[in-house]
Amino acid sequence: MRNTNATQLIFELSTQGRTGVRLPACDVPEQPIEQLLPSNLLQSDSPTLPEVTEPEVIRHFTNLSTLNMSVDAHYYPLGSCTMKYNPKRNERIAAWDGFAQLHPYQSEASIQGMLQLLFELQQMLGEISGLPAVSLQPAAGAHGELAALMVAAAYFKGRGESRTKVLAPDSAHGTNPASARMAGFDFVTIKSKEDGRVDLDHLREHLGSDTAVFMITNPSTLGLFDDQVQEISDMVHEQGGLIYLDGANMNAILGIARPGDFGADMMHFNPHKTFSGPHGGGGPGAGPICVTDSLGPYLPSPTVSFCEQSQSYFLDAGDGKSIGRVRSFFGNVGVLVRAYCYIRTHGPDGLRRVSETAVLNANYLLSQVKEFLDVPHGDRCMHEFVASAASVKEATGLKQPAMDIAKRLLDYGFHPPTVYFPLTVPEGMMMEPTETESKQTLDAFADVLKTIVNEPAETLEHAPHSTAIRRPDEVTAARQPIVKWTESTD
Amino acid sequence: MNAEALLYCDTHEWVSVADEDGQQVATVGISAFAVEQLTDLVYMELPSVGATVTGGEEFGEVESVKAVSALYSPVSGTVLEVNEGLPDNLDILNSDPYSAGWIMKVKVEGDLPANLLDYAAYQRQCGESG
Amino acid sequence: MPFTYNTPAQQAEMLQAIGAGSIDELFQSIPAEMQLGRPLDIPPALGELELTSHMQELARQNTDVTQSTCFLGAGSYDHFVPAVIDTLASRGEFYTSYTPYQPEVSQGNLQVMFEYQTLICQLTGMDVSNASLYDGGSATVEAMLMACSITRRHTKVIVLESVHPEYRQIIETYFETIGTQVITISDPSQLPEELDEATAAVLVQSPNFFGNVEDLSTLADQVHDAGALLVCSVDPISLGVLQRPGDAGVDIVVAEGQSLGTPLLYGGPYLGIMACREKFVRRLPGRIAGQTVDQNGNRCWVLTLQTREQHIRREKATSNICTNQGLFALRAAIYLSVMGPSGMRDVANLCLQKAHYAQQQLTSLDRFEAVSDQPFFKEFVVRDKQGDVSGLLEKAEDFNILAGVPLGKWYPQYEDCLLIAVTEKRTRDEIDQLVEVLGS
Repeated sequence: MRNTNATQLIFELSTQGRTGVRLPACDVPEQPIEQLLPSNLLQSDSPTLPEVTEPEVIRHFTNLSTLNMSVDAHYYPLGSCTMKYNPKRNERIAAWDGFAQLHPYQSEASIQGMLQLLFELQQMLGEISGLPAVSLQPAAGAHGELAALMVAAAYFKGRGESRTKVLAPDSAHGTNPASARMAGFDFVTIKSKEDGRVDLDHLREHLGSDTAVFMITNPSTLGLFDDQVQEISDMVHEQGGLIYLDGANMNAILGIARPGDFGADMMHFNPHKTFSGPHGGGGPGAGPICVTDSLGPYLPSPTVSFCEQSQSYFLDAGDGKSIGRVRSFFGNVGVLVRAYCYIRTHGPDGLRRVSETAVLNANYLLSQVKEFLDVPHGDRCMHEFVASAASVKEATGLKQPAMDIAKRLLDYGFHPPTVYFPLTVPEGMMMEPTETESKQTLDAFADVLKTIVNEPAETLEHAPHSTAIRRPDEVTAARQPIVKWTESTD
Repeated sequence: MNAEALLYCDTHEWVSVADEDGQQVATVGISAFAVEQLTDLVYMELPSVGATVTGGEEFGEVESVKAVSALYSPVSGTVLEVNEGLPDNLDILNSDPYSAGWIMKVKVEGDLPANLLDYAAYQRQCGESG
Repeated sequence: MPFTYNTPAQQAEMLQAIGAGSIDELFQSIPAEMQLGRPLDIPPALGELELTSHMQELARQNTDVTQSTCFLGAGSYDHFVPAVIDTLASRGEFYTSYTPYQPEVSQGNLQVMFEYQTLICQLTGMDVSNASLYDGGSATVEAMLMACSITRRHTKVIVLESVHPEYRQIIETYFETIGTQVITISDPSQLPEELDEATAAVLVQSPNFFGNVEDLSTLADQVHDAGALLVCSVDPISLGVLQRPGDAGVDIVVAEGQSLGTPLLYGGPYLGIMACREKFVRRLPGRIAGQTVDQNGNRCWVLTLQTREQHIRREKATSNICTNQGLFALRAAIYLSVMGPSGMRDVANLCLQKAHYAQQQLTSLDRFEAVSDQPFFKEFVVRDKQGDVSGLLEKAEDFNILAGVPLGKWYPQYEDCLLIAVTEKRTRDEIDQLVEVLGS
């Protein structure tokens, strides 16, 4: 049933003289282009874009879409990514002209509904995080991390303190060290203990008056709540440093615990994960950051404020302490509208139920999976857990069993878990079922996984067997990169 | 070159020092063990000729599909020559890491670091970590 | 709850399998004193029907551009978006998928990325493109950081004042933190004074913030003579007629891709376009899709050159960027495909003609004058000789016209000026009405 004709590259479908649009004739007196622009600034030939009709474009991209796995069509337990169901009501609402057709430089008077929405979202995120000062500007989680570290840098500078180091545990997302460096800090990796929690002795060794920020993901990428977090924050605060919480795993604790209450000074949300903004094949996301009141003045500007006197909302540039902008215009508003809809749909009880269900689902899946795979960090977890396929390595001699199992899952119509992350678990498979999956789905997945673990090594090694393509050659792709189509790459 | 006649860093670079017109010139590469551990090399970043390198510090990088490893210089000095063709033909590192697979030549300044290993000591280290 | 499935009976079964007495017990690892112990103080839940009504109420308090005539631009433009884009981009197979970690089940997204990269190269004349960044502004600062890394010059960059003021603010924010000096010059003629061997890059925008087209070739020669890189922010629509930056010798091209098939969205999400010369590919931030073959020899696509990225290189990564704007790169790819070379030429020409008509009509009135005789594309600045920009804007709003963006906020010297954008969507009647209202 695959239409391989339509999934050739769009350039290969091109026929000279075709087009997919017809624009209106020019209704103002037309002047020769050369009279309007100097000839040395004009292009000598037309762009070499493909020439295709509208039906060809529809068929091409529709067929391409069918080559993707997606949450709408598949169970997608990709750990750390919170691939939950994306409510269709949010998509519809966000596309309304009243939200989608607003220009960023319209007058504030003409966008009071939008500003009210953004103001209320700031307040709700402040309440959910326990960190009341909020900027919605960052465009993604990593961008939020960077912005928050810049806020920390400005805060210390404002206090005349020179602090040069950012610390984070070895299980942290790669964005943590990369963001620290971009914000001008030196980065120090802190070890985790066997049980996945931060090694306090190692932390103590590196903690000092030069410590700016300790970044912690809690619940961690292992799906564990580090109950030392209060102690850690006391240690860091005692040295005058700040705690940054990577909010990637907030889906575990909505309405149950708040980072601001367990010692965090700053955090970001990933609304595309926690609040169901769709993942869009890799983006867009958004990365709102929440901080304590004392850090609030340094947040990126503008934020939205309410003027009691005029009873209206306005863009607030702050009092001059702001680090400035990290993004043009207001931010990834389309994602924020969806997050607003999601939070309003759930309310206080509903958000708590989201996390309770996510944690119940993860623990249930863990209880099934541990029957046939090691789960090195125990019998309980928060919203996700990391199983290890190291035993399969021993039993079968496969070199990369986690990868092989992942590939074999594709044959059964399941998206695999995140593999080989965090780096601290050998042959790690990080599973995050999310709250929007039924017990039946979890059972089916566990059954398949069990079947796969017991399949012959050869079946695994050569998996997947049923997908459109199998095990692409990544070495050649990286050695001799071909990153665009040219006539000769046919 | 004969692997047994070379000196090694504990970070898997090899070095061979020769006297050229009264200059101490070091030829530097990476060991067969390192090449094997890195698997499927895809890219190497060389230093530029004339650059200063310092013993024990990074002078370049080698990449496989999903890993990056720093290359550490066994000696201090100035880069005289680099193996320009190597990044485009990394298979040489598998077939001939100790001759055709050389990476750079350095005009040595000062003494050689004392912590370089001879072949036997390096083999022992590889045995322990491998 | 609306999106969870398990019945109380199933939950009991699940708890039993786990060996837990209650859901609360699953949260035991969170010490009691760290638990909130009260409901969140946020508004109560709304069903789909009530949510829809509530959101309609909020939407009603906004005046959107379909209810008015939009001459606002300044980096965000009211271009026509063909229906095919919404139809395709709203397919769940696209928007509910994620980063293609498993290429076997992501060939759709990967091929779109590869096609997008090619289309951007075709449009800009550059050698390589990444699979997109967040938006035009953050792409610009990423390009400047990349230039510092390539040239290994970390002390100084030069930015023209005619670059989008918000983009310049972003650069200030990032570079202030890492201690790189940002020199702003008001005119390319000042370049020789400032350009030296410490300079990593020069940033120019063309058409610039005021709509004027810059002579990139001349700039490129100057900048290269100093061993620095030329970074240029472009309007992708203008590349239907204007010289491609790749042909002009630009080293890194960035752009706000919103014009390519994305509505205004009150500023985002948009699309950060970034392309560069071949030799810089390993310094390019963001995801890149590459062509290869699979086990059976079939052509296919994978994420490639991943060692540049944060998940491998961590603190040594070229950037902390994790995602790309996949959905908006898809929109741009569809847009460029349906437009083709003739569509891009037509849309660019319509913008050019209509903007010039509007400028000529307005400046023929006594009240307005042009502030520059530099060539322009689809946007231009007029000075109100009476100096009452806010009065003009208010009056225009009474006629449902969004007449332009006032410049005083960013450029005190243009306190009495308006920046006016004219896209292909504006008709002669609408332009005539703008002229009539502003002139009356």
